[in-house]
Formats: sequence, structure tokens, C-alpha cells
Amino acid sequence: RGVRRHDGEEKVKFDSGVLLLSTHRLIWRDQKNHECCIAVPLSQIVFIEEQSAGIGKSAKIVVHLHPASSNKEPGPLQSSKYSYIKLSFKEHGQIEFYRRLSEEITQRRWENMPTGQTIQVISRMGRIRAVGIVGIERKLEEKRKETDKNISEAFEDLSKLMEKAKEMVELSKSIANKIKEKQGDITEDETIRFKSYLLSMGIANPVTRETYGSGTHYHMQLAKQLAGMLQTPLEERGGIMSLTEAYCLVNRARGLELLSPEDLVNACKMLESLKLPLRLRIFDSGVMVIELQSHNEEEMVASALETVSEKGSLTADEFAKLVGMSVLLAKERLLLAEKMGHLCRDDSVEGLRFYPNLFLTQS
Amino acid sequence: MHRRGVGAGAIAKRKLAEAKYKERGTVLAEDQLAQMSKQLDMFKTNLEEFASKHKQEIRKNPEFRVQFQDMCATIGVDPLASGKGFWSEMLGVGDFYYELGVQIVEVCLALKHRNGGLITLEELHQQVLKGRGKFAQDVSQDDLLRAIKKLKVLGSGFGIIPVGGTYLIQSVPAELNMDHTVVLQLAEKNGYVTVGEIKSSLKWETERAKQVLEHLLKEGMAWLDTQAAGEPQYWLPALFTELYSQEVTPEEAKEAIP
Repeated sequence: RGVRRHDGEEKVKFDSGVLLLSTHRLIWRDQKNHECCIAVPLSQIVFIEEQSAGIGKSAKIVVHLHPASSNKEPGPLQSSKYSYIKLSFKEHGQIEFYRRLSEEITQRRWENMPTGQTIQVISRMGRIRAVGIVGIERKLEEKRKETDKNISEAFEDLSKLMEKAKEMVELSKSIANKIKEKQGDITEDETIRFKSYLLSMGIANPVTRETYGSGTHYHMQLAKQLAGMLQTPLEERGGIMSLTEAYCLVNRARGLELLSPEDLVNACKMLESLKLPLRLRIFDSGVMVIELQSHNEEEMVASALETVSEKGSLTADEFAKLVGMSVLLAKERLLLAEKMGHLCRDDSVEGLRFYPNLFLTQS
Repeated sequence: MHRRGVGAGAIAKRKLAEAKYKERGTVLAEDQLAQMSKQLDMFKTNLEEFASKHKQEIRKNPEFRVQFQDMCATIGVDPLASGKGFWSEMLGVGDFYYELGVQIVEVCLALKHRNGGLITLEELHQQVLKGRGKFAQDVSQDDLLRAIKKLKVLGSGFGIIPVGGTYLIQSVPAELNMDHTVVLQLAEKNGYVTVGEIKSSLKWETERAKQVLEHLLKEGMAWLDTQAAGEPQYWLPALFTELYSQEVTPEEAKEAIP
């Protein structure tokens, strides 16, 4: 059902119909007007081919025909300049029908059986269409073919795209070399421009000397945004938070157009130079935090010492729970206190425990 | 006699030549930048076209993502470097991985008290999928690894340790050197390891083995079982779920239930 006949490349007026296959003929019958019926003897078929569906096009079988013999019964057209017709399957079934049609053409049963006998209808499109498991399997098969075609097309396009991207990388390398050679002659503006080009393409900055920091205009803007976004959360967390925590906070808030980890780091590196109320700090351990300018970690150490003294000794976990901090930052504070000489460590299998440094206070 | 390069006149001439040379150099750079700008615009158009046809493919097909990432790496491009990059903006790859990063951080944080900051890639995968819910896009282990590689730059100690046929993901800034890694790999088989095993497999001295194990204990990545038959066993909670989720036959199940 749902088969349209095309004369050659032109759509003829034969739209919705049922296609029937018998041992002798290919019959197209109008769905609405059952009187309207067109038949093609199978003996007239030279060969058939498949045309898979595309965007806006349905799957087709192209039937190439011998030139009409003179005793042909009258048909829809007097003559046609094309030697083939196209059957357009708007509602699936093309694969199965093609198979059956191929079979009949190969077997050439019409040669053995004289016409006039009861026509055995081999396949009736209407019945076959999408009934039962066979129908579902066929639909899956079509979908698979379609998907495979999409993927291979996608890979092809991807390869071509990558070729062009490669050219961009080459060009950026050559510019970077020029910059290296002519250091001091390229303006700050041009350097920033170049960096933003690299950013767009995702190419690592090949210029080793970071004269103007890692920032581009984008990172400067971002830094200002961050200062706004993180002010309150920082105050709520005692003035300090890990960069990872900031990453999650910011991206959860944005929802879309998220920041990459590198974006965040590069923006934070510019906080101080832009005189914003936040700054990036990197501890000896490599842990990175954002703190309010007003925050003074060294002062916090003094209060940490008090807390530890009260309890006699504390591990990072215990301290974190008491003060309401993340374990990561609690540990950093205790380590800093130790570095400043206020605390001593007791490193055992039971964990790392900190004690007030009595060597210092009690001589 | 013709004396070259001496005298005020010569110096002045040289300075002029240098200045002109520099100028030309600047012009050259300017030209190339203009050329790059033009090519960049063209590339952007190509990428837009590609995105309009295949953006879905990237979102839905983990294998295609792998191919895409590998190709980028080969030519020296990092599509995840910045959310402002073309790749991220037009293909949406950025949001996919950056959000995954957030989910990974949250899972690791939630489980840290139990496993000390070490988790297998499998368990991480399971937990992340759970968190994403039924209707979220499919996420592969390769996707997780790429997201984690990006998280490293935030300085909170994210690391990837190959063990057995899989990986352990570290999410705390504990220092794990080669010795620690090797012992973790040894422990992966049974979920635990003993000093004896380390000595016989790795041919280490007792002291070295003990140091490594004690470090893991301190970090909370290993638990000590002193009641085991034979020598004490050092268990890795990170590997627990792997052990417990092994297939059990009906007979075994019957025997296990009292």
C-alpha cells in the first residue's frame, strides 16, 4: 500500500495504490478507485534496482523495461521518453517486495505457465506490511541500514572537517614561531587576538613565554562574573572554598554553556591582577582554593590552634566536623599551622593527628 | 680602504636597517593573523554545517565520540579546553563533559568516607548512571575518563590509576607514587593484599612493603583485618563492590543463607 508510480523521473498521477506481484505481472491498483489498474508483464522487465530512502525521499524500486511491443494493450501514456518506472514506497515494504520481485524475475515462472490461468498472487503489499514479528524485523532492518548510512556519512564528514582543522593547527604553529622570533615587536593586542583564536580552536598556546598571563578577553570577563557569583557562597563558607567546589557551584548555577575546568583556572589566575575581591591561592600540596581578599588564612590558623588546644589533639576529619569545613580545606589549614610552627604532627597508622606545638610554647 | 660597520654613520645606518626589519616582521605577523582570522571564520562555517547534520550523532553515540576525540587529539586540538571554543559551542561536546565532571565530583565526595578517595571506574560508572536517571544520555567509561582528565587541572587530586584490566580513580590529593600503585594493582585480584604476598610477588623487603601499606591505611584507602587466618590482610574498600557483585549460582545462594 502507499505506492506511488513514477514514469521515469516524473511523478505521474498515480499516487496511492497497492502493488501486487503475481507470477506473470506487476500490478498497480489505485487504492481509491479499484477500477484503475496498471499492469506490467514481468517479461518486460530488464532489471530492477533499489534506491534507499533519504531525507524527504521514500525508498524506491526502479524497474527498467524493454521497449514496448506493438501489440501492447493501451496504457496510461501513449509513449514515454523513459525506459524505466519508479515505484515509490511511502509506507515501507520495499525490501521485502524487492526480494520477491527479484525472485520472480529470476525464476521466470511465466515462461512455464501460460497466461489465462488463475493468477496466483504471490505477494500482496497490503497484507505484508508491518504485520507481526516479520514486519517489525523488517522495520528494524531498514532502520539499521539507515543508521549505518548515517554513521558512515558522519565519519566521512568528520574526516573532512579534521583535515581543515589540521590546517588551522599548522597555521597557528607558524604564527607562534614568528612571535617567538620577534619577541617584543608584536603588540599586546595582537597577542591577545592570537590567544583568542587558539582558544576558539582548542589549540594549546605554543608560545612558551606567557608575557600577558594566560588570559584572553573572555577570561577577563569570566573573572569579573565569578567575583559576582562567588561572593556570597564564599562568605557562607568562611571565606574560602576549593576550586573543585567552585567549579561545581558555578556550573550547576549556569545549567547551560558550562565552563571547562581550564576556563575556571585561567579566569581565577586573573582575579588578583584585575583587583577583584577574590583571589586564587595554591597550597604547597597543589590544592587550589579561592578566597575572599578579606580572608586571611594565617589568622584562621590562630583560631585553629585554639580549637586543637581545647581538644588536646585533632585529626583533619575531626577538625573539619567541629568547624564545619570540608576535610580537604581542614587538612590544609592544619598543615599550614604546622608549617608556621604552631602544631606538631603524630603520623601513625591510625591517621594523621595534630597537637599544639609544646616545643615552641614550653621551653 | 673601505671600513665597514664603524663610525656614527654606520651605526645610524644599521639602526635604520634594524628598524625596517622589525617593521617588516610586525607586518608579517599582522598578515598572518589576518589570514588566520579569515580561515577561522571559514572553519566556523564548516563546523556549523557539520553540527547541523551530525550533532545528534555525537550526543547519542559513545563510539562516535571516541572517534571524534581521537581524531582531535591526533591533529593537536583539544575540543574540551574551553567552553568558549567552537567545538563546545557548536557541537555541544563541552556541556556534555563538563556536566559529567560535576557529577563525578559529587559521587566521589559522597563515597570518600568509605573508600578513602579511591573508586573503581566500574563503580563510578554505575553511580553516575544512577544519578543521571533513566532519561539521560548514555555515558560510557571512556566519557568518564575524558571528563576526569579535565578535572585534574582543578588541583583537588584527581588521578587515574591503571589496575588489572580497569582503572582506579583517585579523588583526593594523597600522594600515590609508583610503589603505591603497584601494590594497588596487586590487591586488585582479591580485594586485599598481605605483606607476604608483596614480598613474594614483587621481591620487596618487609620494610618497603609495610611503608606502602601503612600509607594506604593512613589515607583511609585500606582497612586492616588483623583477625584473618595467617597474616593480617589489608583490604581496599574501593574494590568491595567488584567482589560482591560477582555472579552467584542458586546453590551458592542457598548455602549462603542460614
